[in-house]
Amino acid sequence: MSAAKPDLVALRDLKVAFDGVQVLHGIDLNVAKGEALGLVGESGCGKSVTWLAALGLLPGKAAVTGSVRVDGRELCGARRAALEEVRGGRIAMIFQDPSSSLNPVLRIGRQIVEALYIHRGLRGDAARVEALRLMDMVGIPDAARRFDLYPHEFSGGQCQRLMIAMALAGQPDLLIADEPTTALDATIQAQILDLLNTLRAETGMALVFISHDLGAVSQVCERVCVMYAGRIVEEGSVAQLFSEPRHPYTRGLFDAIPRIDGPRDRLIPIPGTVPNPKHLPAGCSFSPRCPRAVDACGSDYPHLEPQGDGRRLACTRPVPVVTRGDAERRIPEGLMS
Amino acid sequence: MIRFVFVRLMRAVITILAVVTFAFVVLRMSGDPAQVMLGPDVPQDAVDAFRKTWGLDQPIWIQYLAYIKSIFTGDFGVSMRDKASALRLVLERVPATLQLTLPALILKLMIGIPAGVYAALHRQSFADRGVITLAIIGFTVPSFVMGLVLVLIFSVLLGVLPSGGQDTWMHGILPTITMSIGGIGILARFSRSAMIEVLGQPYIRTASAKGLKWRDVIWSHALPNAAVPIVTIVGFMVGSLIAGAVVVESIFSWPGIGRLLIVSVSNRDLAVVQCILLIIAAAMVMSNLVVDLLYGWLDPRLRSHAGH
Repeated sequence: MSAAKPDLVALRDLKVAFDGVQVLHGIDLNVAKGEALGLVGESGCGKSVTWLAALGLLPGKAAVTGSVRVDGRELCGARRAALEEVRGGRIAMIFQDPSSSLNPVLRIGRQIVEALYIHRGLRGDAARVEALRLMDMVGIPDAARRFDLYPHEFSGGQCQRLMIAMALAGQPDLLIADEPTTALDATIQAQILDLLNTLRAETGMALVFISHDLGAVSQVCERVCVMYAGRIVEEGSVAQLFSEPRHPYTRGLFDAIPRIDGPRDRLIPIPGTVPNPKHLPAGCSFSPRCPRAVDACGSDYPHLEPQGDGRRLACTRPVPVVTRGDAERRIPEGLMS
Repeated sequence: MIRFVFVRLMRAVITILAVVTFAFVVLRMSGDPAQVMLGPDVPQDAVDAFRKTWGLDQPIWIQYLAYIKSIFTGDFGVSMRDKASALRLVLERVPATLQLTLPALILKLMIGIPAGVYAALHRQSFADRGVITLAIIGFTVPSFVMGLVLVLIFSVLLGVLPSGGQDTWMHGILPTITMSIGGIGILARFSRSAMIEVLGQPYIRTASAKGLKWRDVIWSHALPNAAVPIVTIVGFMVGSLIAGAVVVESIFSWPGIGRLLIVSVSNRDLAVVQCILLIIAAAMVMSNLVVDLLYGWLDPRLRSHAGH
């Protein structure tokens, strides 16, 4: 946890249920000013829901409880007007599929200007000039000529750049990037990650990077939260988690990605799938898939506890800490079977 | 764009020609005008003379070619009954029909679309269920039943509105309402589903995430997208303005095109029936053309597909 920087956003015991089915089981999470936090986990583990819930963007049938504080102001259950002020202004969000996230029937310039008007009161020529500056900043070539084009006249990567420009229009303190590169080609992905890094360095805004791509997370984030079935199971610095994952799930995520450097090892997939939120197993949700599970894992849910090295971990039987040098590529006994 | 319009115009002409041909053949196969016009007990030579006068003694394809030729010269034939120009007879009835169908269209738009949008914005609420229920009743109850029920209530029981005729503006109220109810139901349902579909789209979430007020999200982001499917239905309704309502005009003895059509069909007044069908087909095809052009205006993606 970054103790030095003050917290910008604090989530406490954030829970979400859809039609009575609990999908988020109490998320505790802080985002400090200017930091870059990664949120990883398989699809459906609640990464996006966490932030959509925080900003009140879930559909009406979602029941959200807990606390979401932005600079100490409570958002959970706040009036619509309070939420609208925070959205786009303090916290902006970009999404997975940039092409369908832009309104197809409105000109791109207008969509950016709209955000400039809401949050900075700019209109007319001033708004246009600023919008062009933003388009330029996110790397849209020939912005002046393309100001009046529609979203379908841009490529997927450019649409994501435009989404980022729109997000920057409100000069947010925090940008939530919800799988911003998942729908894009690998080369474009790298460009967008670069852009996010550059913009963060220039503006000093904080970033929450939601992804299932650990490589992408390591490129932009300083701290990582690993989520599983609606809970945070491990949290620590990128270096900690990458060199020494303690939660068997985190470990499994790393073992399931191919490595270009180092020896050619067999990939070790995590057996099974993410449980259906309607029928979560008792105890630790990961226990049925866990190579290290013991009987106790099926009955008691381990809470997310701070560890000696600064990380937080929710596991009764974590991967043991191994001496350096050996840590590079261990395969614990349990995973061999 | 010019090519697009040209292709559509060509298609329109072919459609109209198909309707006209179909009407021509079916009308001649479905009964002999001479028998209907002159009655059953007329001597054979009178029947033959009638047939000769109207060219019915010719082979059907010669009649057809002559008919098509006259259409292209602007001659829509003469009524066998009134001996007057069929086109004039039909055009005379247009104002009466529009007196019903235009106000009915306005009611459909002003009630149907807002009701559907409201229901979509308040999904699963009491109002939503109410709108759906009324909409289903509106478009499933046939207009002849709806018309008779309204007559029963407002003319027979309450005695506040006339049940037929065209004497005062009061006479237009019941037929207009009868005619609009089905359309209101259809538009409400369409607007509701179009709006629900649009509200679930990622760009609506983007607009909210941007900090737009909910009202602005609806007005400037959702409605313009929901307009495309709604325009399709409205275009269909505009196209049928002239066709009016055969059934409703008959129930309320309203002297519009619908009534003229019924009378002319039962009299086998070929030229008049063909003229009405031609005008209805032309109106339908024209409104379809306008809808296609509107699509391009409403949705820039379609505009570039149509090709500049």
